[in-house]
Amino acid sequence: MNENVVEVENLVKKFGSFIANDNLSFEVKRGEIFGFLGANGAGKTTTIRILVGLSPLTSGKVSVAGFDVTKQAEQVKKRIGYMCQKFSLYEDLTAEENIRLYGGIYGLSKREILQRSDSLLNRLKFEQYRKRLIGDLPPGMRQKLAFSVALLHNPEIVFLDEPTGGVDPFTRRQFWEMIYETASKGVTLFVTTHYMDEAEYCDRISIMDEGKIVALDTPSELKKRYKTKTVEDLFVKIARG
Amino acid sequence: MKIFIGFVKKEFLHIFRDVRTLIILFGIPASQIFIFGYAVSTDIQNAGIAVLDLSNDEITTEITSRIESSDFFVLKERLQSEKEIDEAFKKGVIRQVIIFENGFGERLQKEGVADLLIIADGSEPNVANLVTGYTKSIISTWVSENSNIQNSGIMSIEPEVKMYYNPNLESQFMFVPGTITIILVLVCALMTSITITREKENGTMEVLLVSPLRPIHIILGKVAPYLLLSLLVMLVILFLSWIVFHLPVQGSMVLLLLETILYIVLALSLGIMISTLSKTTQQAMFISLLGLMMPTILLSGFIFPIEYMPEVYNYLSMIIPPRWFIVILKNILIKGTGLAFIWKETLILFGMTIFLIAFSVKNFKVRQQ
Amino acid sequence: MIKARNISKSYNGVTALDSISFDINRAELFGFIGPDGAGKTSLFRIITTLLIPDSGDMQVMEYDTVKDYRELRKRIGYMPGRFSLYADLTVEENLNFYATIFGTTVKENYHLIRDIYSHIEPFKKRQAGKLSGGMKQKLALSCALIHAPKLIVLDEPTTGVDAVSRTEFWEMLKKLQKEDITIVVSTPYMDEADRCDRIALLQSGKIMKTDTPGAITKSFDRNLFAVTAKNRFNLIQKLKEYSEIDTVYPFGDSIHITFKSVDRESELVKHLSDSGISDACITEIIPGIEDTFLNLMKPAGL
Repeated sequence: MNENVVEVENLVKKFGSFIANDNLSFEVKRGEIFGFLGANGAGKTTTIRILVGLSPLTSGKVSVAGFDVTKQAEQVKKRIGYMCQKFSLYEDLTAEENIRLYGGIYGLSKREILQRSDSLLNRLKFEQYRKRLIGDLPPGMRQKLAFSVALLHNPEIVFLDEPTGGVDPFTRRQFWEMIYETASKGVTLFVTTHYMDEAEYCDRISIMDEGKIVALDTPSELKKRYKTKTVEDLFVKIARG
Repeated sequence: MKIFIGFVKKEFLHIFRDVRTLIILFGIPASQIFIFGYAVSTDIQNAGIAVLDLSNDEITTEITSRIESSDFFVLKERLQSEKEIDEAFKKGVIRQVIIFENGFGERLQKEGVADLLIIADGSEPNVANLVTGYTKSIISTWVSENSNIQNSGIMSIEPEVKMYYNPNLESQFMFVPGTITIILVLVCALMTSITITREKENGTMEVLLVSPLRPIHIILGKVAPYLLLSLLVMLVILFLSWIVFHLPVQGSMVLLLLETILYIVLALSLGIMISTLSKTTQQAMFISLLGLMMPTILLSGFIFPIEYMPEVYNYLSMIIPPRWFIVILKNILIKGTGLAFIWKETLILFGMTIFLIAFSVKNFKVRQQ
Repeated sequence: MIKARNISKSYNGVTALDSISFDINRAELFGFIGPDGAGKTSLFRIITTLLIPDSGDMQVMEYDTVKDYRELRKRIGYMPGRFSLYADLTVEENLNFYATIFGTTVKENYHLIRDIYSHIEPFKKRQAGKLSGGMKQKLALSCALIHAPKLIVLDEPTTGVDAVSRTEFWEMLKKLQKEDITIVVSTPYMDEADRCDRIALLQSGKIMKTDTPGAITKSFDRNLFAVTAKNRFNLIQKLKEYSEIDTVYPFGDSIHITFKSVDRESELVKHLSDSGISDACITEIIPGIEDTFLNLMKPAGL
């Protein structure tokens, strides 16, 4: 079994003469929580769009969940999940309707959807909110539900964009416990965030600057290397040069 | 005042930066004028006519053959009685029937005057006007030639013109008032409601509110640029219809502009009202399009004449301002009548405007809910 | 500068603010820290006279926020949550516009914004919509400052902005303070609390505590320990099983715990190694704002 869920080799992406991704190479392992950091405009979004098969690359080789993103984009899309802070669930649909919708999109059968949504709502202790509109739920609850929905089709890797931004500290802890649990089951989590204290939760982090990965290691190792107390200081130190 | 000017300047920047919308704004009326314009023919050739000669004398035969020999007309039928007129028109091959009264030649020679009746197919008013116009000029040419030669006193033939199907001769140029009415509603109501709701959506409205700007400044500042823009669009339409169709403004230009300003202010306050009712630009757009555009097109009398509407719709149309404005425009633009004929409509529009302004100023929130 | 007494506000029966009182001093950098939905935005709208509270009084610069809203609106700089800029206007046009509606000019108060605006001045002909998050934030701050207000109210100014721009932003706020400007700021990010002179912790419409960040963390009434081990998920499970432990919260690469009554570190290590976690490491640590927040939140229960 291939232990690397993401393999990027010499990835280059150009927009005209502008180089958004300059010869990136990195791997992400199965069951790893990988933090993908970088300032606005560092090229993060471009890389993620390539990883999820939304954007063609200029040169290099990228495989996700064992499939080549250029040649087998459809296979890749079936095996990834995505959750971002803002627009993950439809606010004007109920919890149940959202689950059914996502299940349908990923081609689950009616029985599977029913089974999984029951166990999902059960696990989150959400049964009583089944028929509530997402817009009426508190933000923390929405976030947890969104994460569970992103896992509905058993993806191998889930992309999380600022997963706990704006969530109260208590729910945030519950959320990270969910993420740890998910990772312990062998699902890879690919986290992007502007919030460096979120990055501290990751197993490994990479920091991008001007299209290049300038640091990649565990948070504690990087903090030691750059002699900083927090990932935030580390980030500012690296990005400011 | 400086603050206000600064605000208006900003609105103009928004407008000019959105080139696409500007193109649409001026493009729609222009293209509408051209599309309608080409549907209207301005030339006639070999138009079919019929003659009902109740006199059947030398002179009527001569006039008939003079008309017949011109390139404009082809004599399709000689009718025997008035009863045949209806049938002749229904066949659709003739544009007009020329009727000489009984004893036409004799009366003309004795009294110097004779009656001639021209009945034209009014369903295409433009063509009808041309056809009757040409006929009259052929006849008057004949009269002047013959007055000189025969020297038998002054002769005159006064042709009377009647329209079949469309006795009031509703002009084909009705699309000009129609276009103006629709475009003005579109520009004023739709655009203002969108710019105001856009500020709400962007959060910029919060900052505007938390500034010394008064609500009335914000409203007027939003409205002023569109007032100017709408007037400009209006002038473009008038200019185009004059250039392309030689359709001059028959009535008073000053009155026309004043009425237009009244209508624009009305439409603008409608826009403001819509913006106070909607939270997103999408809502504002839907309310404007469905709530204003559709009724304007369907109920204003632009496309479907109000007289033929079921009574309910007739009453319904009374609450929509375009219905009244179209009447005003028709009168000033095409019939050339003055305020005496349209004071009632003007008053109605004026009342509506006052009501809407009061409503929207009152509803414009200084705070949030 | 601001004096609030028993401010309450609810929307359709849902309480957004529940009898909130606080004082903010002149030239203070005051932060409201709390998650989304805690009531930060409602509170800020009341401060900026946009919203009328259901009950309670608030005075800003000795003006009543309800009665004297017109006077206040001349004197407050407000930067709402979403950077309220006109995306289709250029940087320069945005700034000029905000200067004009406050009846001033950019030139007049340029000294106030020089440090901030100089970062974006090279792009002054660019449309605001095409700026990066950090630049938008700087422009929005410049716009809020251009009429030289004595008080600026910034609602989540750092949300969606990268760490470098954020650090720069806080540095700018510090400088503004020296110009005798009072700054009220909100953020959902606990780690930004230390940047403020004083903070109020806001949760479910209530202020849990108001003080300096240092005093707030000192109020943490127990000993706090950080536990690390390679397998964090397993560690959390095992820690939760241990009956002497009160709270278990993951905090980045370590797990923060408190004991119920007596601190039993060595026994815990033994318990963990018995459960198969041999690499556990436990150290006492100084609590941070987020630890304190959790501690204060807990009785409210979840």
